[in-house]
Amino acid sequence: MNKNTAGQRVLSLVLLVAGIVLLAAALIMDFSGSQNALRGPMLIIGIVAFFIGLYLFPTLKHHRQIVYVIFLFPLLFTFAVTVIIPLLLGICYSFTDWTGIRFTQIVGLQNYVAMFKDPAFIWSILITFIFVIMNMILVNVVAFLLALLCTSGMRGVGFFRASYFLPNLIGGIVLGYIWQFVFSNVLINITKISWLVQTKTALLAIVIVYLWQYAGYIMLIYVTGLTQIPGDVLEAAKIDGANSSQTLFQVKIPMLASTFTICTFLTLTSAFKQFDVNMALTNGTGSVPNFMGSYLSNGTQMLALNIYNTAIAKNSYALGQAKAVLFFIILACVSLIQVRISNKREVEL
Amino acid sequence: MEEGRLVGKAARTRRVILTIVGIIIAAYVLFPFYLVVMNSFKAQTSIVESPISTAGASFGQFRANLSAVVNNSNFNFWYAFETSLVVTVISLVLLAVLGAMAAWVISRNNKKKWATVIYMIFIASMIIPFQVVMLPLISTFRDVGKFVGISMLQSVPGIVFAYCGFGGAMTVFILTGFIKGIPYDLEEAAAIDGCSPEGTFFRVIFPLLKPVITTVTILNGMWIWNDYLLPSLMLGQNGKVKTLPVAVQAFVGSYVKQWDLILTAALLAIIPMIIIFLFAQKQIMDGMIEGAVKG
Repeated sequence: MNKNTAGQRVLSLVLLVAGIVLLAAALIMDFSGSQNALRGPMLIIGIVAFFIGLYLFPTLKHHRQIVYVIFLFPLLFTFAVTVIIPLLLGICYSFTDWTGIRFTQIVGLQNYVAMFKDPAFIWSILITFIFVIMNMILVNVVAFLLALLCTSGMRGVGFFRASYFLPNLIGGIVLGYIWQFVFSNVLINITKISWLVQTKTALLAIVIVYLWQYAGYIMLIYVTGLTQIPGDVLEAAKIDGANSSQTLFQVKIPMLASTFTICTFLTLTSAFKQFDVNMALTNGTGSVPNFMGSYLSNGTQMLALNIYNTAIAKNSYALGQAKAVLFFIILACVSLIQVRISNKREVEL
Repeated sequence: MEEGRLVGKAARTRRVILTIVGIIIAAYVLFPFYLVVMNSFKAQTSIVESPISTAGASFGQFRANLSAVVNNSNFNFWYAFETSLVVTVISLVLLAVLGAMAAWVISRNNKKKWATVIYMIFIASMIIPFQVVMLPLISTFRDVGKFVGISMLQSVPGIVFAYCGFGGAMTVFILTGFIKGIPYDLEEAAAIDGCSPEGTFFRVIFPLLKPVITTVTILNGMWIWNDYLLPSLMLGQNGKVKTLPVAVQAFVGSYVKQWDLILTAALLAIIPMIIIFLFAQKQIMDGMIEGAVKG
């Protein structure tokens, strides 16, 4: 690093000063309400110039620190603007009468009280939990069986693995429409009435589609777990005279404890956040004649979709945001409990 | 392994039975794909009459469906495809480079408090569901965009920015784990040879990250390419700029039950992914496993 020439020093200072000036000018224009189209590019060029100047700054002692700052800044900045600031704002907005653009007053817990008085929302919570539990069990059982099948020494394993995984490549929206076709035009020949019409069968349909999409992925993780079981352990079990079901229940499954943790966690969180398939397949419709004394038309609307519709379709941003905060709290609690239980079980085994 | 115990005929019968079971399941899994392909070769009437059979399928009809979909002004397939491609590729490159840079700094300062705090915030943020940030995100982007005079909504740069923010945590998490395993001696040797810290990173560390960058690129790529909610909120349902999933949604919304068009559109939407999968099957499956095990 023997480049601390006078030229570099001048360049560095010029860029630093130019960057700060451009930045300041752009910000002044912003705050004074100027609509000058140049202020955006000025801001960006100012920031870039500032960092290049900083980078060229002739110092041996602090060069490493400067590089660290420059390396960290871009990602931290985008992360702060897209995740941290909206999260904090969102929590604040949930206590106001926010309209998506502005709020006029703080309403305290009013939004939270309102959503628990809404039977449609309670229904959404209820079916989301049922859906998550059903999915967690079904996906894991099916995926584990598929994994056993794929490691049982059948021919063409590569092909089967790839085809079971295939649905996972495709986005939920497209999947939802494909299955809408399957249910309302193909399976209708067997079921007589489309499964998507009645609330109960429509919920089952979502479970089936989700299973179809997700089991192949979870299967891959189980296959990895199964193939990582050391051969000599299985050999020892065989020598001790264990039959295949004993080997499965007393050797393989206990050894896969950490894999089960990963898979239950994955299925749990992803089922909880399910949105795309729900939207494309039923869009939350379905009638419930009597739930908590009222008629509901959102029979298949899960939490994520309920939040979306509350804010976007019904234009109640503050209420939707309050629901989203609750959704976040539930998800965080469920994840923490799940991780804790799994850790404990893993230690015990 | 296991069937070594069964000898000769028994083993063979068992294997045949297992393979048949495998084929039946594969048929079930692939059946919807078959329906999509088959029915995009048919006209609406023959789809409704006989959705399963090949009756009424012809190349001419496929071409007709295809041009009806591609030339549809609501769908604007090529434009949506291009937008999706640009968004995905730029986001992936930025995430890989910026993520590696940040992960390197974090893992080389892991004894310092500030680095640990940043790392912890990244990890904790991975449980934040998109729903809790999406509404304020849109208003923040709108306000910031208006304030500084750069359009953040309804623009490709805005979406790329958002993906860098949302993908950052997972990317840094996976990359940091990997970089921690690279011996520090390597960097010291480079430093003694007169290499600057940034030079060390780009010439020594970054090339070593190839396998793990493949993993994060696959994970992020599958997510970004298929993501619907973020672009639909940022771009709006009827905006000019649309990614492929948003375009499919808008298209299907305006052609309810027009299965010839819907299924052809679905086919177009899934083909790119399938082609990539055929070529990089192993990498994609390994990447997905790796991501799950580490995440």
